[in-house]
Amino acid sequence: MERHPLNLTINGTPYAVETEFRKTLADTIREDCGLTGTHVGCEHGVCGACTVIVDGKAVRSCLMFGHQAEGMEIETVEGLEQDGVLHVLQEAFMDHHALQCGYCTPGFLMLAKGVVERGEDLPEEELRHLLSSNLCRCTGYQNIIAAVRAAIVAFREKAAGGVEQTA
Amino acid sequence: MNGEPKIFGRSVRRLEDRALVSGKGRFLDDLQPSGCLSVAFARSPYAHASFTTIDAEAALAMPGVVAVLTHADLSPLMRDDRLVVGLPSKAITLQVDRPVLAIDEVVHVGEPVAMIVAESRAAAEDAADVLDIDYEPLDAVSDCRAALEPGSATVHRGHDHNCLATFDFAFGDVDHAFSQATHRVSRSFEVHRGAAVSMEGRGVLAVPPDLDGVLSVWSSTQTPQALKKQLCQMLGREAGEVKVSMPDLGGGFGPKLVTYPEEIAVAAAALHLGKPLKWVEDRREHFVATTQERDQAWDMEMALDADGAILGLRGTLIHDHGAYTARGLNIPYGSGVTVPLPYDVGAYRLDVTVALTNKVPVAPLRGAGQPQAAFVMERMLDAAADVIGLDRAEIRSRNLVRAEQMPCVKPLKLRGGTNVILDSGDYPATQAVALEKAGWHDFAARQRAALAEGRYLGIGLANYVEGTGRGPYETVAVEVQRTGRILVTTGAAAMGQGTETMLAQIVAEQLGGDMSNIVVRTGDTSGSLGFGGFNSRQTVVAGASAQKAACIVREKLLTVAAEMIEADPRDLEIVDNVVALKGVRDRYVTFSALADAALGLPGFPLPGIERPGLMASEQVLINDMAYSNGTAVAEVEVDARTGQVHLKNFVLAHDCGRMVNPKLVDGQIIGGIAHGIGNALYEQMIFDADGQPLTMTLADYLLVSAAEMPRIDIHHTESPSPLNELGVKGVGESGVIPTVPAIASAVENALAPLGVRIASAPISPQALRNAIREAEART
Amino acid sequence: MKPAPFVLHKPGTIAEAVAHLAQIGDDCLVLAGGQSLVPMMALRVAYPSDLVDINGIEALRGISVEGDKLVIGATVRHARFYDPVEPGPLGKLLSGVVSHIAHHPIRERGTFCGSLAHADPASEWCLVAVTLGAKLKLVSQNGERLVAADDFIDGAMSTTREPDELLMEARLPLLGGSARAGFYEFNRRAGDFAIGMALAAYDEVDGVMRNVRIGLGGIEDRAARNAAAEAVLEGKAPAEALFADAGRAAAGSVDPMEDATTSADYRRDLSSVCVERALAAAASATK
Repeated sequence: MERHPLNLTINGTPYAVETEFRKTLADTIREDCGLTGTHVGCEHGVCGACTVIVDGKAVRSCLMFGHQAEGMEIETVEGLEQDGVLHVLQEAFMDHHALQCGYCTPGFLMLAKGVVERGEDLPEEELRHLLSSNLCRCTGYQNIIAAVRAAIVAFREKAAGGVEQTA
Repeated sequence: MNGEPKIFGRSVRRLEDRALVSGKGRFLDDLQPSGCLSVAFARSPYAHASFTTIDAEAALAMPGVVAVLTHADLSPLMRDDRLVVGLPSKAITLQVDRPVLAIDEVVHVGEPVAMIVAESRAAAEDAADVLDIDYEPLDAVSDCRAALEPGSATVHRGHDHNCLATFDFAFGDVDHAFSQATHRVSRSFEVHRGAAVSMEGRGVLAVPPDLDGVLSVWSSTQTPQALKKQLCQMLGREAGEVKVSMPDLGGGFGPKLVTYPEEIAVAAAALHLGKPLKWVEDRREHFVATTQERDQAWDMEMALDADGAILGLRGTLIHDHGAYTARGLNIPYGSGVTVPLPYDVGAYRLDVTVALTNKVPVAPLRGAGQPQAAFVMERMLDAAADVIGLDRAEIRSRNLVRAEQMPCVKPLKLRGGTNVILDSGDYPATQAVALEKAGWHDFAARQRAALAEGRYLGIGLANYVEGTGRGPYETVAVEVQRTGRILVTTGAAAMGQGTETMLAQIVAEQLGGDMSNIVVRTGDTSGSLGFGGFNSRQTVVAGASAQKAACIVREKLLTVAAEMIEADPRDLEIVDNVVALKGVRDRYVTFSALADAALGLPGFPLPGIERPGLMASEQVLINDMAYSNGTAVAEVEVDARTGQVHLKNFVLAHDCGRMVNPKLVDGQIIGGIAHGIGNALYEQMIFDADGQPLTMTLADYLLVSAAEMPRIDIHHTESPSPLNELGVKGVGESGVIPTVPAIASAVENALAPLGVRIASAPISPQALRNAIREAEART
Repeated sequence: MKPAPFVLHKPGTIAEAVAHLAQIGDDCLVLAGGQSLVPMMALRVAYPSDLVDINGIEALRGISVEGDKLVIGATVRHARFYDPVEPGPLGKLLSGVVSHIAHHPIRERGTFCGSLAHADPASEWCLVAVTLGAKLKLVSQNGERLVAADDFIDGAMSTTREPDELLMEARLPLLGGSARAGFYEFNRRAGDFAIGMALAAYDEVDGVMRNVRIGLGGIEDRAARNAAAEAVLEGKAPAEALFADAGRAAAGSVDPMEDATTSADYRRDLSSVCVERALAAAASATK
């Protein structure tokens, strides 16, 4: 039960904790950093509920040890909202009834953030394939797909609007 | 309703979502009280074994381990060693209740045997690894047919058979019907079991009494009231000495309606050790410790006249009960009632045998016996259509209960003894909509064209009638608080369906229409009598209570406002959070002022109301069930070389009465269909003949993902239920019920040129490919 | 489902990594992407005493073309192959194959070489490496050695790597200008392990197939080339009927695995359609 010091940066905030080597990044974020928005659904890398972004890449936080994330930039669902303004993806999930129990939702949001922020219209099959990374038992995915699709458009429009304002 | 609804019936955003999309949900494992210890359970690796000693010495010596507790340790803390939770039935002949911790025998893999309390879950698991239990393996049986054979191993020592119960359904003269029949069709079917796989497993947190003497328990349960009752009973505490709370639930789907041994064990141990304890079910445990459903074997026979009218239906059902009684006979009972429900069936006889097996106990899982029944009935109708030479839709049209028969009294009883009365709906019209939207009538041409290219397209349909709104009641209290905010408190349990939003819409409709001014507390066990969430019941039973309570509060608001404004209540209207004189904008009183006034002042009479406060708590009693109905049409392409089934299209036309929120209804439907697609093609909890589970990870137990889902096309009809003021029916299980038979029908249709028949679910590529190869070998 | 305790080592160089391996011995495992190892530890079917995390070693991150070989470093992740890593047919083939490997977040962590070292019979990269004749470079304190992928993998989840060795890179031969390659995988859901899959590669020379390589994965206990199918095809003009013959030859010669949900008979049957469809994909692949 030997614990080792660990410095993590989550949503831009530094956390200095002490954990066992065996503790997964998911458990570290939840238990040691107190950010419980990241959920644990299977602990063997299949369900995707624990998806977070590490150095810009969406990964399963149950398949990394916390100590492997030392010095990396970690983003979790708690970081999506900026200055009280929800991310377009969060708005789209609410508008499209893309969540029911909400347990898988943070994982889906972090999974989809990358594609949304690229503002790229993926073909239907590719988008479904990407979203097949994570499991949801409530929604049957149809509304998740619709929400991500809408968020891609909204992000692009917002980005275009932002350019106009600054121009 | 007062005129055109403002909020009721609209697809408004959910109240639940803002927190959930922000990572601010509060699920069981998010509760992390300081000083809380973790629990892991040592579970039986055997499907059947006896044991005499548990040597905890090595486990106790592991770092961070606080205690190892066995039956011998917990027994003195409890009033009973076993958890008796089954619904009563005279038909049950074997009493097999779950021990809180195994006493000297284990009867399924995963049965909890000992609990380890440690400073972390990891440390507790380390100790569980080295716990020494002297198991003596015993013969086990895992198949429900085999379990009933003479000489079968018995699931429990000391029994001489595995037949838990037998009972039957019978109406009409079934033998006469068969003697008069032009056509007879007989078939056998098997449906297999699946797991709930809520994304959040179960979990329980127990905090021992502090100064107030109250044991506080949080559990990821669909039935907090039932848990509270069991905790009081098992631990010998009064209702006021136990507080049960429901955090956000990461899904339920049925199995969380059962009270479990772990919930009692954790609470008992927290009292014993005087420490907060938390146990969180992990995914592997979920596959062996949370109830499952759907293993059934059917032998059925149908009698029809020359025109395809169903004269009679008879047969047998063997239902797999698992190793213990976790709920009772409700599932096979529900199956038996459901079989003839959508159709006019002249005579019916079903003999049901409930078999124990050395597998995880069975309790309702989304659909609760109804999906199996729909599978059997719809498969029989396809078989009959084939024999008679009728179109599959046509034979159904000829037999469906018609609109003019409503309300239609069926010669069947609900488990509580009341009549089955189909309350409203136009079943043939619903089917016609589904067929039209799915392109049923021009499908044959598309099918022929595909076959010419060597592609096997198929289309199939299935009807269902779902019994919803199981009574007798659910409490809803509505109160306008002094802040002006409306508080709705209920024992109804939210597990993701949007219960808060549903109740808020019903209440808002009466009280000003401002959803943002309403706070809903679900899962209340302190003041709300009731039962919780299951059986697609809460919109009906809690909805009815909410409607009544809101109307009473509305009257109170108007009465108090009339006093304050000095106007006739009939001249007042509620707009947002004020009561105003109609058409006169500056003559109004705020909810806040009204709530204040309604509480009274010393020495003054109350303002026109008989009791202080703007509140009402109601329990509308409902005994009859509200029946939703629908028709699913599935289109598939079968890859004959691999046996893989691709879903191309899926249409559901349905009627669940008036809809509180159509978007939420769609969500329930699509989610149910996804579950049904899993049951049709992917999900199977597999055990070997010795009862060892083989699908204990999400890589082995296959849930449908976004890539396998076809687009779901939904069509609503609203036939209000006459049974409640709102005209609502339940919908939570509707999607799952017709999906398996519709897909089976489509697969069989696709492979009709080869003569392949579908008699079991799920349909695996391997089984289908084998059937195709056999068929090819025949020709 | 928490892993048993272990000691984590984070070497910065290959020399440090192999020193750990040499010192600790059998109970020490290499942690690259961890996408197979970590779940096994969570399920407590793997109990390493020590993990050597090689993700911090700069020298293992590269991917490059050296002569006629694509050299893939030990921590090159699956996602690196989304866009072709080289402009020829190999880059394109790998870009197609990678979309069958698990799911996007797994591909962001999991590594090509890790898949080889794990040696799952259903691993796509094992199939690619064996079929195309990859050479694997292993390093220990005693030096380096090159092993053919086929000799490296010696069974289900079993390799000839010595406990003190680190698989530092895979060297995959480039496909020439006349090469055609096709891949087909059968599984029940997107991203699942293959129940059966085949890789077909050949050079099309004067209208006939030369240097035919047919590999099967997920069928037998390891990815392997199928000589019977290759013999049917070698020197013949590509044609649908011939592909079917090759499929049958494969089915007749494989020694399939059996597990809880999939019979050997089904796998045998499946091997034929996998070969046929991989060949069809190769034949229709644009150069």
